[in-house]
Amino acid sequence: MSAGPVPSAAVPAVGGGAPPRHHIVTAIVENKPAVLTRVASLFSRRGFNIFSLVVAPTDDERFSRFTIVVDVESAPLEQIMKQLDKLVNVVSITELAPDEAVEREMLLVTVEAGAAARDEVAALVHRFGGTVLDGAGQGGGAAGDRMTVMLAATPGAIDEFEHTVRPFGIVELQRTGRVALPKLGPRTAPVGDTTPLGGVAGAHQGEAG
Amino acid sequence: MRLTGAQALIKSLEMQHVEVIFGLPGGAILPVYDPILDSSIRHVLVRHEQGAGHMAEGYAHVTGRPGVAMVTSGPGATNIVTPLADAAMDSIPIVVITGQVATTAIGTDAFQECPITGVTMDITKHNWLVTDAQDLPRVIAEAFHVATTGRPGPVLVDVPKDVSNAQMDWYWPAGLEDLDLPGYHPQTEGDPEQVRRAAELILGATRPVIYAGGGILKARAAGALRELAERTGIPVVTTLMARGAFPDRHPLCLGMPGMHGNYTAVTAMQRANLLIALGSRFDDRVTGKVSAFAPDARVIHVDIDPAELGKVRRPDVAIAGDCRVVIEELLRALETLGLGPSTGSPVSGTTSAHDGGEGRDLGPWMAQVHAWQEQFPLSYTQEDGGALKPQFVVETLRDMTPDDTIVAAGVGQHQMWASQYWKFDNPYTWVNSGGAGTMGFAVPAAIGAKVGRPDKMVWAIDGDGCFQMTAQELVTASAERIPIKVAILNNAYLGMVRQWQELFYEERYSEVYLSPDLPDYVKWAEAMGCVGLKVESAEEVAPAIEKANGIDDRPVVIDFRTDAFEKVYPMVPAGSSNDDIIVRPSEGEGGR
Repeated sequence: MSAGPVPSAAVPAVGGGAPPRHHIVTAIVENKPAVLTRVASLFSRRGFNIFSLVVAPTDDERFSRFTIVVDVESAPLEQIMKQLDKLVNVVSITELAPDEAVEREMLLVTVEAGAAARDEVAALVHRFGGTVLDGAGQGGGAAGDRMTVMLAATPGAIDEFEHTVRPFGIVELQRTGRVALPKLGPRTAPVGDTTPLGGVAGAHQGEAG
Repeated sequence: MRLTGAQALIKSLEMQHVEVIFGLPGGAILPVYDPILDSSIRHVLVRHEQGAGHMAEGYAHVTGRPGVAMVTSGPGATNIVTPLADAAMDSIPIVVITGQVATTAIGTDAFQECPITGVTMDITKHNWLVTDAQDLPRVIAEAFHVATTGRPGPVLVDVPKDVSNAQMDWYWPAGLEDLDLPGYHPQTEGDPEQVRRAAELILGATRPVIYAGGGILKARAAGALRELAERTGIPVVTTLMARGAFPDRHPLCLGMPGMHGNYTAVTAMQRANLLIALGSRFDDRVTGKVSAFAPDARVIHVDIDPAELGKVRRPDVAIAGDCRVVIEELLRALETLGLGPSTGSPVSGTTSAHDGGEGRDLGPWMAQVHAWQEQFPLSYTQEDGGALKPQFVVETLRDMTPDDTIVAAGVGQHQMWASQYWKFDNPYTWVNSGGAGTMGFAVPAAIGAKVGRPDKMVWAIDGDGCFQMTAQELVTASAERIPIKVAILNNAYLGMVRQWQELFYEERYSEVYLSPDLPDYVKWAEAMGCVGLKVESAEEVAPAIEKANGIDDRPVVIDFRTDAFEKVYPMVPAGSSNDDIIVRPSEGEGGR
């Protein structure tokens, strides 16, 4: 079972302004029918806001991992976690502080990239560590004027990339919402996972996470 | 052994020692009704599914065992949504079994199809849609386990018709390890360090109050609570859900706090420098304006549900655990810190010093508490030949019934008067709808209570508005020979709404008049197989109650014609600080 992001109504995802106060909650949940509804409904019932939510089975198919980015302006994080923990299907729940987590998000975006802009867009994609999936190089038709790009990076880098390509013209865009895992202990932390959330620098490390 | 899913379901209920099912059959649950004929389990046939749910709640309230209700799909299931919501708010363990259309028809908008697990997801502790008959025994065992452990609550098991009809190999889960509940581990024992800190706060407090909630009753902790109060000399308020958890006639009992609590209970909490919240949840009807609630108090909060700790008020000491277990741990910690052994008898209300805390002296505090009690008692006046006061009816009923009488109430003025004026000296004798405020609760809940405790006298104190919502269940009571008694405090109004319109809407009465004699309650009662009596004056009250008490072969309904102008006092207006309590009419606007 998997689901796309469940964006909250009001919070814009794109750059500029002060970052919203977000926390990442990761929950291991029994992979049973309606479990996504139970979690989503709890947030709605208690008046907590979800910024993004990603769910997919873990390596053990009996369980799914939820990565939920919550807006802690709406309620104290402790209360959100305790209420989630009361759901019978929730097996465990952990807060992942940004500096203790490895986070990634994926973006698919179709950008206007006519002949004049093509090289510039391609260079940007390269600089951010992205991949051109469609529309690269073929002449004629829509495929010649547009490019669909994938970028898997930190959410901050994705914000930055989105902001950067916006002037070229965004046709369609889909972000996955972020996924995260706890960082390994200091002795075993692999190089490249030390950059905290945000910034173009993180993008240069590619998809190590 | 090969059984049908339906047979396995009923056998599973037998394995859970279920003695009674409250229910009403229909198409999708039909297969399950067949093996009931061969079962030792009693079935009480209700006249409306809401009645089945409230009966299960009433049964659970007084026995501590889970109440069981069974209904069909679609409207049968949606009719029991209100009792589920009620039980969720008041943490009442009930197990509701609903029929569902066949799995092959789910999602096709089939006849009497309703996605009841989705509908009730947010108002049950958990629910299950069973898609394989082989799962039924395990799911029933899980349902009872979840309903009755941790913070109790309602659960629902939805059983499609083809699952009931399918064959399965019978088994019964041998223990918890055979259940599939990897995420369910309620914590019952308190953290020792927090318990020790709580004990220190208790011994250091000069103005402490125990704020006892319904969790005391759920945890079977009334005895432990009494020992804690007596050994520390700390006075106790009992919330609407905790009436009876501590004896009203005990010298340390301050009675009910909150919007219609008595002055002393409300004010003692406001002035306290330590609140010991045991199984209570800082409900808005208790705290009034939260930011102004008990401003000087440090808070010890004990609750089986960790999410209650800090939900409304940030506690100084938070202990997640079962109230009885934690109180016992607390008593040991207090002893370690030097609290003397129990005197073995209730402390005098004026006791001053107790062993333990250095210089700890509750004398001045208790003197203040007693001064409030003397200065601001609950009061009303029954004038000779004057309109019959509802409080007079409650007091007379109280005085003419055994001390362990079970009282059920609906929601509204009559409920508050019942809670205020009854003397609850025994736990599990008060059955009411607290959190949800469900009008119509009393009659079916009283029936369920009487089924659970046939040895006890059961009175429903009801309002005329409430009575009209669920009175049809008196047919059930007559047919099933469940001799409850109902006192309708009939003021011909939706009285609590009328009271608010009088006080806060400039006496503009909008849609609250009901009429005293439409319906004719005596005729209605008789039509339903009950004895019906009417009382119009104070002198008729006692004889009517005496007559009702003597009838044990059928239900009795007494229509008490009470004063429509009487209001519930004291009152803390909604959203106000508890400091702004209005003790009597002369202090309120528009009082009569």
